This record gives sequence, structure tokens and C-alpha cells, in this order.
Amino acid sequence: MMSTPIEIEALRLSLQVASLSTLLSLPFAMAIAWLLSRRQFPGKLILDALVHAPLVLPPVVIGYLLLITLGTRAPLGHWLKETLGIQLIFTTGGAVLAAAVMSFPLMVRAIRLALDAVDRGLEVTARTLGATRLDVFLTVTVPLMLPGIFSGCLLAFAAGLGEFGATMIFASNIAGETRTLPLAIYTATQTPDGDLAALRLVGLAMLLALVALLLAAWIEGRMLGWLGRR
Amino acid sequence: MIDIAIKKSIAGFELQAEFTVPATGVTAIFGRSGAGKTSLVNSIAGLVRPDAGHIRIDDRVFFDHEAGINLPIEARGVGYVFQDSRLFPHLSVRGNLTYGRRRTRRPLRITDDAVIEVLGLAALLARKPHHLSGGERQRVALGRALLAQPRLLLLDEPLASLDAPRKAEVLPYIERLVEEFKLPALYVSHAIDELTRLADHVVIINDGLTVACGSLTEIMSKPEYAPLIGRFEAGAVLECTVHAHDPSFQMTNLAFADGYLQVPLIDLPPGTPIRARLRARDVAISLSNPNELSITNRLFGTVQSMTVREATYVDVAIALGHTTVRALITRESASRLKLAAGVKVWALIKAVALDSRAVGFNRRIRADDISVT
Repeated sequence: MMSTPIEIEALRLSLQVASLSTLLSLPFAMAIAWLLSRRQFPGKLILDALVHAPLVLPPVVIGYLLLITLGTRAPLGHWLKETLGIQLIFTTGGAVLAAAVMSFPLMVRAIRLALDAVDRGLEVTARTLGATRLDVFLTVTVPLMLPGIFSGCLLAFAAGLGEFGATMIFASNIAGETRTLPLAIYTATQTPDGDLAALRLVGLAMLLALVALLLAAWIEGRMLGWLGRR
Repeated sequence: MIDIAIKKSIAGFELQAEFTVPATGVTAIFGRSGAGKTSLVNSIAGLVRPDAGHIRIDDRVFFDHEAGINLPIEARGVGYVFQDSRLFPHLSVRGNLTYGRRRTRRPLRITDDAVIEVLGLAALLARKPHHLSGGERQRVALGRALLAQPRLLLLDEPLASLDAPRKAEVLPYIERLVEEFKLPALYVSHAIDELTRLADHVVIINDGLTVACGSLTEIMSKPEYAPLIGRFEAGAVLECTVHAHDPSFQMTNLAFADGYLQVPLIDLPPGTPIRARLRARDVAISLSNPNELSITNRLFGTVQSMTVREATYVDVAIALGHTTVRALITRESASRLKLAAGVKVWALIKAVALDSRAVGFNRRIRADDISVT
């Protein structure tokens, strides 16, 4: 399969957007998962629903909501641009944010399940051995959650690679800036004689998925073996 | 001093524990399952917060409701060994062992090498917990708790999840570490043989209430605690030393405060302190010293008290002088012999009844054991 600069560009951008959005989501997803799994507080149900909203709402709606809150004419977006010099619409940053929001519920779910499965007895044991709560979290809870954190990241990464609707509305379709693989495929299909280009991009996307899945299965196997769960 | 007086209600269950025992040696927390033993130990470790009262270990206040003191778990310095070993699956045996040691601020009195030696862990260090047998896991858990340099060891039925051969494998290690590291320990159990081998003091807990507290020999000599200990297992415990061996008949003679006991050969040098548990049901009573009888162990004493048990039986406490033994006989026999407090009798014990299973041989060599009578 021959690759032209357009395809390489789309691939690079997709990998960049998906990995940045995953990294950006991770600390927040950990915090939200911890709140949902371990804490009881008023409004927990609302938080849970809010986190899951991107899963049930059409991506276009999420894109639109991002646009009306973070667009340059919206107060928050305006403030971001004026004081911090950050513009999200029409930029890779916007694509990252759209992908992060869309994949957030998937990541939270995986991490929350992993946290639910952590044996509280082990955490208590660590405390009897002199570890503070934070120490226990870092040296017992997180290591035991690693397979879950990893699969959460993988899901978020995959969702980031495939994100289309929200990115299209919020970050727009700009070559080299926000045109990731799915947007490039869409663009190709809208171009006269673009069928071959679209097919090549589709092939690339499928190859990427295959490599990612194999790699993920291997890493997950190693982790489970390390924890003695296999 | 381990000074505990707490109240706690957990989902309708009332725990009311009150006792003081010396902060040396092993104190057994004995009672049926569901009696509140684990809740008591959890309160000491800080896993459960009592509703009222106090927990003090020597000059250290763990909990005081009135004063508003509740030390966090990690500040209490208790080594807690759970029924299920609770090893960290992501760490090797070595990583598990050193987890607490790397975090303690107390002086490192107990060294890695000593723990590895006493618990026989040298060959296991590089392994992951899931590659260990149940007995090995429990040994690692013991070592991990010890290396955290605890002021107090809490052992919550550490053998309960093991099968009989594994129990027999781990128990000597517990005996060794108690002897070696001289840590005060609370040992939760409902197995009387473990108690006989390990405990210096006993706290009996029943339906959430601490009903008795005292030295092992004292508690075991009193018939009133028999229903809590179990009809077949209850009986006096005598602190003995190995006196002499008779190789031709493969017998051993044990000396105790009021005489001697003949038992099947015990392979320990003369002078070794040992505990013999004389189950009351293995002891018979005679008004005279019978001549034509196979039983060699005949202890002369005075009936001290008689406690009727389940309408059919009488638990007879016989004072020998310094020690007391107990005999469980039928009420019919007691009436035939016209037994009553003050009557002079011979307590007869078959040597065969004192085999290594029925007798809790305490192999610890400790000066304070010998002085106990």
C-alpha cells in the first residue's frame, strides 16, 4: 500500500490527538472514578449521569455544546483566548479536547470497575504496616488497578482515534490541524475521484486497529501475569 | 499492660470487652465464631472505631473516647496477621516482607535476616505470592508483620484457613517467633490445642462479652469455664518439665509442682519445659490407691468443687497442692462414691491419653513458664 503525505499527515494527527486526549483524561478519570467508587455524597447520581452523557448523546450535540461554551465568542472561550492565549476551535487542541470528552465515560467506567475490584483488605493491611492513605493508594491501589487503568486508556485511545462528530463541529475539518483519519476519510469520500484515497485511509485505519489490539492483548497479559490473576 | 475497655455495636451485635493482661507473652482471645473476637482485634488495630471506652498498650493510648483520641491505623504499630494472608499480589515475597519495615520509624530491632531465618523464608524471597502454598503464604504474612517492628502482634486465627497438615507446619513457626522476638501478642483462636501450646494468658469472649481473663493454667483449672471451652476439650493444664526418659519402654517422665506424670516418649532433653493438658474426660477418680490397675498416673488430692454439667455429668476439681486437675465423671458415679468437697481422692490418668495430640506440648523454653504454678 502506497502512502501519500496526506495519509501520513492524517495518521500522525490521529495518533497525536488520541494519545494526548488519553493522557489529558487520565488524571480526571482517576479522580472521578475514585469519587464514584469510594465516596458517598449528595449529587453523586448527577455526577454519574454527567460523566456518561457523551456516551448517550449524539457526538454532534457534544460538539455543539463545546462550541457554545469554548468558542471564541462564548465568555469562557473568550477569556481563555484573551488571558491565556488558548484558542480551541479550529486547532489540534480542540480536536484533543473533543476526543477527550467523548472518550471520558469509557475511561471512567473501566477505571471505576478496576477500583471496585481492588481488595479493600489489602489496603487495610498496608495501613497496619504503617502506610498512610496516600501511600496505600500509590503503592497498593494503583498497582492493583493497572490492568483496568490500561484497558481504560486503550478504550479512550481507540475512541479518540475514531472520534468524528464532536471534532467536526467543534474543531472543524482543517488539514494538518484537525483532519484526523476519520475526517480525512470523510473528506476523501466527498472529493470527486477520492474513492482510492478513501480506501487507502480505511486500510490504514484497519491496520492501526489490528496493531493496537495485538499490542494491548500482549501488555494486558503481562500485567495480569504480574498480578497472578492468570 | 494491655488495658482494654470498649463498647461497640455493629448491626445489632453488641461487643463489650473489658480486660487487662500483661503486655508480655501470648494472650489468647478465645471464643466461638461470632463471639466478637475479630471485632475486638479490629478495634485494637484501629480498623473499627469503638463507640465508647479506651484502648491502651503500656503508656500508649490507641483510643480514648472521653479524651477524643483515636490513633490512625498506621500510627498504632500493630502487626496484624489475618486469617487469609493478604499478601500484596504485585510484590515478591521480599517486597511483601519489607513493605512495613521500609515505613516504620521505630528502631529496627527485628532484622530481615532473623525473620527469614526463623520463618524459613530464604528459598521463597524471589517468588510471587501466587506461587506459594497456603502455609508459606501465612509464614510470609507473619514475617511481614514482624518486620514492621510492631509493639504488639495481632494474630487473627492465622491457622484457620489451613488444612491440618499446613496447620502443623505453621504452628511451630509461630511458637519460634514468639520465643525469638519476645513480642506481646494477641492470638485469636477457637482451637484449644493452639491455645495450650501458645498462650500465657487467656481472655474468653462469649456473645460479645469478655467473661474471663487470667493465666492459661488458672482459666483451664476452673470448671465454670468448661461450657465455653467445650465438654470434650476442657481440662486442666499443668506446667511441667521433662524429668527423665525410659528408653526400654519408650516412656517419658514429666515433673510438675505436685508430682510426676508418665507419658509416651517425648523426644526432648530433660529440663525442657512442657505443658500437659489433662482433658477432664480422660481423668478418673478412685477413693483408694488401686493395686491391680494398668493406670500409672495416680495423683492424690482433695475434692475442691463439683459442678454439674448437662444433668448427666459432674466436673470435679481436685486440688493437688499447688495445682488443680479436673475429672469429668457421671453424676451416678459421683453419687456412688459419695463425692463431696473435702473428700480425699486419687485422680487416675491413663498415659495413653497424654499423647502428643491430646496434650499441648509447649516447646518454648522460657523462664517465666517454669515459675507459673
